[in-house]
Amino acid sequence: MRLTLTVNGRPTSADHVWEGESLLYVLRERLGLPGSKNACEQGECGSCTVRLDGELVCACLVAAGQAEGAEVRTVEGMAGPDGELSPLQAAFVETGAVQCGFCTPGLLLAAEELLARAPHPGDADIREALAGNLCRCTGYENILDAVRLAASRAAQAPTDPNGGPDHDR
Amino acid sequence: MEFLRPATWREALAVKAAHPEAVPLAGGTDLMVEINFDRRRPEILLDLTRVPELRAWRAEPGAVRIGACVPYRTVIDRMAAELPALAQAARTVGSPQIRNRGTVAGNLGSASPAGDAHPALLAAGARVEVASARGTRTVPVEEFYLGPKRNALAPDELIHSVVVQRATGPQQFAKVGSRNAMVIAVCAVALALHPDTRTVRTAVGSAAPTPLRATGAEEFLTGVLAEGDHWATGRPPPPAAAARFAELVAAACSPIDDVRGSADYRRHAVRVLARRTLDRAWRARPRPTPEGAPA
Repeated sequence: MRLTLTVNGRPTSADHVWEGESLLYVLRERLGLPGSKNACEQGECGSCTVRLDGELVCACLVAAGQAEGAEVRTVEGMAGPDGELSPLQAAFVETGAVQCGFCTPGLLLAAEELLARAPHPGDADIREALAGNLCRCTGYENILDAVRLAASRAAQAPTDPNGGPDHDR
Repeated sequence: MEFLRPATWREALAVKAAHPEAVPLAGGTDLMVEINFDRRRPEILLDLTRVPELRAWRAEPGAVRIGACVPYRTVIDRMAAELPALAQAARTVGSPQIRNRGTVAGNLGSASPAGDAHPALLAAGARVEVASARGTRTVPVEEFYLGPKRNALAPDELIHSVVVQRATGPQQFAKVGSRNAMVIAVCAVALALHPDTRTVRTAVGSAAPTPLRATGAEEFLTGVLAEGDHWATGRPPPPAAAARFAELVAAACSPIDDVRGSADYRRHAVRVLARRTLDRAWRARPRPTPEGAPA
């Protein structure tokens, strides 16, 4: 079947999509967007996390056909056109929240959704929001630091045009 | 494989009537796993998420009707006051990503004994509205579970909605697992006080081939509370009676040994959770009215 959707603000389509295929497969194998990672394929690890019409979801559990006409946001949509990192991405780099990097795209999407909803999250909020994303390298502490740092910077610079975590939603 | 996306409920029922083998799809949190791992190859996927009425929920007299495609996120955000045990159970489902997609009706469709919603539905009181091109019928949730991953749906039927009684008293849900997120229940217990009928309902998940109500334990505790005039006085049930209640809840179970826990551990944990949910629910009761207070 043919699938038409909007990914990171750009209308796109894929042909010959198998009906049982996941949105994750479409993104990675048909649209050339390998940022969303494929690991458990059962919703346990969060490494395929994307936004589907704004909602945080595991792309591996969304049937391709369910994304017809939808707006999808992936990690590829975060950096600016010249590759400058979003404030959240920069915070991840600065705090050492990235080691092997496999979980990072999913964590970025989950953290971004949290900060859009709760600009000043407490630690319990951060832990709860990231509970569906496994990291096997860092022990999570630096990831929590990254989210705290991004939140505090957004609070200091509320008018930064690039600072709203949801600026292109 | 065919992928069908009916736009109306009528159309969905027509597809299911013509193709009983079509597998309904909502959040995909169970079905997509089976497809990803090649454990299942449905000939037809019937995506119900475009049917507007299935995405709706509304208050009805004494109850809340939850459409089959309403995700757990909505139960948590919008129904915590009316359906406290179900909202509590919903908070323990998977992760934020899973709660944005998974549905109560999906729990019923999958009919896993470990589904988190089941004990809460049983304790609160609920009925499942199912339909086919032949018509609509209502199944009390107690009669919906037939065995592990087996439910009362006929091949041409789909779940339309779940109607859950609005709480008239405190409700509690508790679940045992190895961490707070992404855990399939080792066992779970829900308990609801129903002061309007002066009854208690309690149910257990993941500790028998189906989710079940511990009716012997319910009757015992209802009797204790009536005999001691506890509803009027607000005094908690005597510790020995609460302990006996918990034993009866555990005795209603027939758990198995599996990777998540042994049968013995499950029985023990169910006993602990039964006592805990009773204590918490009773403590949360509003103070009795002065005319009901002891002289």
